[in-house]
Amino acid sequence: MEVLGIWIAAFLTLCIFSFLYRDNPFYRFAEHLFIGLSVGYSIVVTIHQGFIPLAWEPLSEGVNALQSELTSEGTPETKEALSGLFKIIPIGIGLLFFARLSPRHTWLIRYPIAILIGFTAGAAIPNVLQASIFEQTYGTLTPFAAMHAGSLSTGDIVGAILITIGLICTLVYFFFSVEHQGPVGWLSKVGIAFLMIGFGAAFGNTVMGRVALLIHRVGFLINDWLGSIF
Amino acid sequence: MFEKLMNIDRRIIFVLVAVVVIIPTLIPIRLPTRVAEPTQKLYDYIDELPPGSTIIMAFDYGPSSLAEPEPMAKAVLQHCFNKDVRVIGITLYANMPTLADKLMQKIATENGAVYGEDYTFLGYRPGALQVILGMGTNIAGVFETDYHGTAIAEIPMMENITNYDQIDLLLDLAAGSSTEAWIIYANTRYNLKIAAGVTGVIIAQMYPYLQTNQLVGFMPGYLGATEYEKLLNAPGDGTIGLNTASFVHLLIIGLVALGNIAFFIQRRREE
Repeated sequence: MEVLGIWIAAFLTLCIFSFLYRDNPFYRFAEHLFIGLSVGYSIVVTIHQGFIPLAWEPLSEGVNALQSELTSEGTPETKEALSGLFKIIPIGIGLLFFARLSPRHTWLIRYPIAILIGFTAGAAIPNVLQASIFEQTYGTLTPFAAMHAGSLSTGDIVGAILITIGLICTLVYFFFSVEHQGPVGWLSKVGIAFLMIGFGAAFGNTVMGRVALLIHRVGFLINDWLGSIF
Repeated sequence: MFEKLMNIDRRIIFVLVAVVVIIPTLIPIRLPTRVAEPTQKLYDYIDELPPGSTIIMAFDYGPSSLAEPEPMAKAVLQHCFNKDVRVIGITLYANMPTLADKLMQKIATENGAVYGEDYTFLGYRPGALQVILGMGTNIAGVFETDYHGTAIAEIPMMENITNYDQIDLLLDLAAGSSTEAWIIYANTRYNLKIAAGVTGVIIAQMYPYLQTNQLVGFMPGYLGATEYEKLLNAPGDGTIGLNTASFVHLLIIGLVALGNIAFFIQRRREE
């Protein structure tokens, strides 16, 4: 069975690699298969690992507990399971997303979207400000306190100064309320240089990441697939 | 000649890259590596954890991006099992649970770790933000059972674990923006220590968080996996991958330089 799996994986890998020569039916077959499989798999996993344990099971346990309570067969466990009935509220709100399917009731979709945006924004704004603005500003300025105390090496001092110059110049580049001429123009040009270095580093790392994917597949073809033949 | 070079068939470059990948794969060559600060910091942090500590390992990558994070996961799992550090596996990616579960089982078997005592895999729950925030209050509220359906209360290693307060580190193995989400919500809100192992594409984004200590340490791509394997003195997939990648990088640098030289010479001639 494992050998069959290796052969299928090798065939599909070669199908995808065939695109390097030119577009062809083998490539399109493998591409469509991959998309279909990954979407299908994700839906099944989401139902089994999300919908059933978080929504269906507590709700059905709550309904069963309610029936037991109504027939006077209630126990402390059934009383506890009654809390599952509250799941009807988030499930009901979630189901409103399907109102999109009925033109007459499309307006109902605004409510789950409003709740989702409200929750996400409420959770994100204070935490993002703290993690991405305050902590980063603190991290940029802290080395200068260490520099003043004389506990920073020459390399770290150069690094701290470069980071600060890069930060100020890049922010100036994105400040469009003042015309980029004279000193402001020079600072924004330095900012562009820092941005370019940043993009270059990101692009180089991206190439490295893509090469890693190729190496992984070639390693699979040589060691696992050809290794199983010879 | 330079005109020909500028209009070279891209398939020739593909063949060159293929040759440069295949030869080192067939004839492995060990290149020297030096351990950089980000990986060393992560290794030291895990190495200094007392036996019985617990870390969460988040497998936040997919089958299409596992080339780099998987060697990192193998190395860190090996380190944890040898140090008696317990590992809780989770994933925020719907198409990852089976692969992550199999990987943990494989490394555990190789290192004599026992499921439920040394490690557990809780699986996947939808809604990354809700999962990260929910686990901060009550892990069992988000994952009532593990991936195999065993109730959390019945897993021995989860006996004294309620939320992030009992977790010593979260290692996010990421191919997307999940590390930033863990930092923003779990670190900022719950003071959970975060480390990362990331694919090449997002390495540059991680350094600011390392400088501010929002990240305890991190492993950058194949290089990070290789460095961790070197610290463990156990060369593995990362080392093999990085050696091959080094040759491809040399080829790409050569091609970029050649392309630029040809471009400037051609432009000068046209002027």
